Amino acid sequence: MTKPYEAVGLTEKEYKKIVEYLGREPNELELNMYGVMWSEHCSYKHSRALFRHFPTSGKRVLQGPGENAGIIDIGDNLAIVMKIESHNHPSAVEPYQGAATGVGGIIRDIFAMGARPIALLNSLRFGDIENSERVKYLVDGVVAGIAGYGNCIGIPTVAGEVYFHDSYNGNPLVNAMCVGIIEHDKIFRGNASGIGNSVMYVGAATGRDGMGGASFASVELTGESEEKKSAVQVGDPFMEKLLLEACLELLETGSIVGLQDLGAAGLTSACCETATRGEGGMEIDVLKVPRREKGMLPVEVMISESQERMFLIVEKGREEEVKRIVEKWGLHAVTIGKVTGNGRLIVREGDKIVADVPAYSLDSSGAPRYYREYEEPEYYSELKQLDLAAIPEPGDYNKTLMELLTSPNLCSKEWVYRQYDHMVRTSTVVKPGSDAAVLRIRGTRKGIALTTDCNSRYCYLDPRAGSAIAVTEAARNLVCSGAKPLAVTDGLNFGSPEKPDRFWQFREAVTGIGEACRELDTPVISGNVSFYNETETQAIYPTPIIGMVGVIEDIDKHCTMHFKDEGDIIILLGETRDEPGGSEYLARIHGLERGVVPRLNFGLEKKLQAFILSAIEKGLLKSAHDISEGGLAVAMAECCMERELGAKVQLETPLRTDAVLFSESQSRFIITCSPEKLVELRQLMAQQEIPHEILGEVGGEELKIDVNGKNIVVLKVKDMKEAWRGAFGCLMS
Amino acid sequence: MKFGVIVFPGSNCDIDCFHAVKDALGHEVEYIWHDTEELDGFDCIILPGGFSYGDYLRCGAVARFARIMDAVRTHAAAGKLVIGICNGFQILTEAGLLPGALVRNKNLKFICDTVPLRVETTDTPFTSLYKKGEIINIPIAHGEGNYLVDEDTLKKMKENGQIVFTYVDNPNGSMENIAGVCNEQKNVLGMMPHPERACEEILGNTDGLRLFESIIAAVESESVISAQAVKNRHTGTRRKSAMETSRSKPIAFTQKEELLHD
Repeated sequence: MTKPYEAVGLTEKEYKKIVEYLGREPNELELNMYGVMWSEHCSYKHSRALFRHFPTSGKRVLQGPGENAGIIDIGDNLAIVMKIESHNHPSAVEPYQGAATGVGGIIRDIFAMGARPIALLNSLRFGDIENSERVKYLVDGVVAGIAGYGNCIGIPTVAGEVYFHDSYNGNPLVNAMCVGIIEHDKIFRGNASGIGNSVMYVGAATGRDGMGGASFASVELTGESEEKKSAVQVGDPFMEKLLLEACLELLETGSIVGLQDLGAAGLTSACCETATRGEGGMEIDVLKVPRREKGMLPVEVMISESQERMFLIVEKGREEEVKRIVEKWGLHAVTIGKVTGNGRLIVREGDKIVADVPAYSLDSSGAPRYYREYEEPEYYSELKQLDLAAIPEPGDYNKTLMELLTSPNLCSKEWVYRQYDHMVRTSTVVKPGSDAAVLRIRGTRKGIALTTDCNSRYCYLDPRAGSAIAVTEAARNLVCSGAKPLAVTDGLNFGSPEKPDRFWQFREAVTGIGEACRELDTPVISGNVSFYNETETQAIYPTPIIGMVGVIEDIDKHCTMHFKDEGDIIILLGETRDEPGGSEYLARIHGLERGVVPRLNFGLEKKLQAFILSAIEKGLLKSAHDISEGGLAVAMAECCMERELGAKVQLETPLRTDAVLFSESQSRFIITCSPEKLVELRQLMAQQEIPHEILGEVGGEELKIDVNGKNIVVLKVKDMKEAWRGAFGCLMS
Repeated sequence: MKFGVIVFPGSNCDIDCFHAVKDALGHEVEYIWHDTEELDGFDCIILPGGFSYGDYLRCGAVARFARIMDAVRTHAAAGKLVIGICNGFQILTEAGLLPGALVRNKNLKFICDTVPLRVETTDTPFTSLYKKGEIINIPIAHGEGNYLVDEDTLKKMKENGQIVFTYVDNPNGSMENIAGVCNEQKNVLGMMPHPERACEEILGNTDGLRLFESIIAAVESESVISAQAVKNRHTGTRRKSAMETSRSKPIAFTQKEELLHD
């Protein structure tokens, strides 16, 4: 027979810890509250111990991890608020609502800090789209769900990534990131301060939807998961729009002490987290909570994850003022409890006390913390072996390049981002399709650049190096836009932490992110961990998604990756090495996912990033693009697409032709400048000792690549563009 | 002159319209909350894009009953200018201020893109500064922008020059590639594309500027309206000209009449 604690996802040892906290056996409600709060999703019990590897402070950090979202200073009393969050399991069983509510949840985290949300990003992973109708169904639903929510609430979805791999066949990844803007003196936190202050509830009524969603997210997906559709919530973006505007208006009045969104673990989480950050105690009455259904039990009210609800701590005596403002937006605010100083979270049902627990014991500070066993998996050293000599060189490089450009991972994602309103709020200066999105900050000269990045094949082959590369590539994307990278929010998606080989991947990845963030001075200011991303047969590739923000001091000096004018000089920065390991070329063309991932030299990387930033600032560059998946040849093709401008380049190399074209050696960029600026640019490169090679020039209708004096690639840009743009639509039909 | 931007609870392009007028054009503009009862003092009313009341029913089907809509009808009947963009266009058709309806895009997906439009007529207060037949690039962002109207009305609209913008490459299945239309009096314009997103160099597009500049020119000189009045007399239109109407008492539509009209 299942033990009561097993039914809520806890172990016998954890149950004993609860008894210790309470000095008695918990009742059913209390046990359920511990069950959701001590799930991995809410407590990070398996991952917390490793977070010390992350740099989380710095002179620009105004709020590090531990709040609803992180905050980073961008100067002039302004700050950027940001966070990424996963909604993987809900999206696996109900793609539209799963993805939509993922967006809704992350937006609430941002305005819970008092910020105005100004941009959305997402990072998506799906299984084999070429051979699975189910995958197409998931892609269609997830994209429509993200679009449905973001477009309606009017926050532009400006950037993101979509990748495909068999390891995501049963378990797609849907990570949503939101970015907001705030003035330093207007930052709010989820604190229940001031004994006697009122606890108010605003927004949608509480229903039975999303019951135990946090627990559902903390187990592996099985054949029965489909039956757990009831654990997926239903989104109402219009309600959220009202809630957003009402909350931002309320914060202007000074009547609000703290606010928190009702997300995972619903009221239970909001009560204990705000209490722990504030005076320590809280008392609420479930009968006062607005309900959508009759006959709901206290436990259902306390753990429901109904969407579009906010939790306010209001200065005593100002409740009517709050109600008035909220009513203007067609919503109701009700007082459901008060702040206390006795350290207890007391839940009443009218006169009856139905739960009485130490508030902090539910919170992550009181939750158990595990140091999981880890073990290097066998594949790790085996897959490092790669015999390039045994791999045949392509006979026709035009064909190979076209195959890469039309492959699911490298083709244009226009089919996806065309469904997202990426222009609303008229601040999107660089739209989806370049290295990073650029937004102007209205009323200032400033801009910000935003990106998400992760190559999970690298992270599988070498989680530590792969994760460091993810951070570095995100930074490259920003630098190519003219932005100085400032901070990271990370979405860590892994398999079960209870399996030593998976936990090893996690441990290595966290270390790699920590190292890279320290090197690049981009602290981790918020994030999310999603474990148990596996099915009965396989785990996903480790996928630590890096969301990064950078600042541009003068928005007029932003840059994009696209070639601009005929005659511009094309320069390659960095060094191309014989590093085909883990490349998209090996995987796609030769069906091989092995080899040593490209080496990362932080010294060279930092030097190049600093150079590009200074060159853009001096107005010397016409375009800048980092070289990533698909190597130099794919990067060149990408630069040609937007303005349908060709290029003629000559490469001199001792390497094999496929290695020079498709190796994914790190710390490389393609930049262009007008011929008049070349002298100045070369001086700057010489001064800063930048390894570079002048490759050729922009122009014509074809992309022509010669290697060691022999023409290897010649493709009409128009044909490349048509195939590259149309490929995704073909996959979906 | 003064613009007013109506704010429904789910409007989200209100801020974009506001800033286009204020920052890019340097003109006076105010937000108007949806339960306001009058629009005195405004020369041009903008119904912005967004999801007025969530639009879970037909787009604009709820907004047409908003309190402000009586005032919008009065304003329009007085010959003053009204422009509905995207959701605003949907609301104007639902409210009966413009003919036709907007249904789901042919591909059943939301489309956000910048598309070429053809200016079909410059004989409106909204397009006088464009050239007839000129191709301009304007962003679109909608899920329900597929314009539909009955054949008889379409014929009349064509005769009256009410088709203002058409798509060069029809993105959504609209009948006759229609992207924007005006009423018979040409003082009410509805369009799915977003001119307010194309008013600043930093956003990479200024093709929308002349639409707002046309409005300003029309209001400031009133010449376009006068010309219209003269023209209407010549063609023997039974309706009062915009000019005459603006001098007479505004026609008040009641909600009941509107319902019967359906």
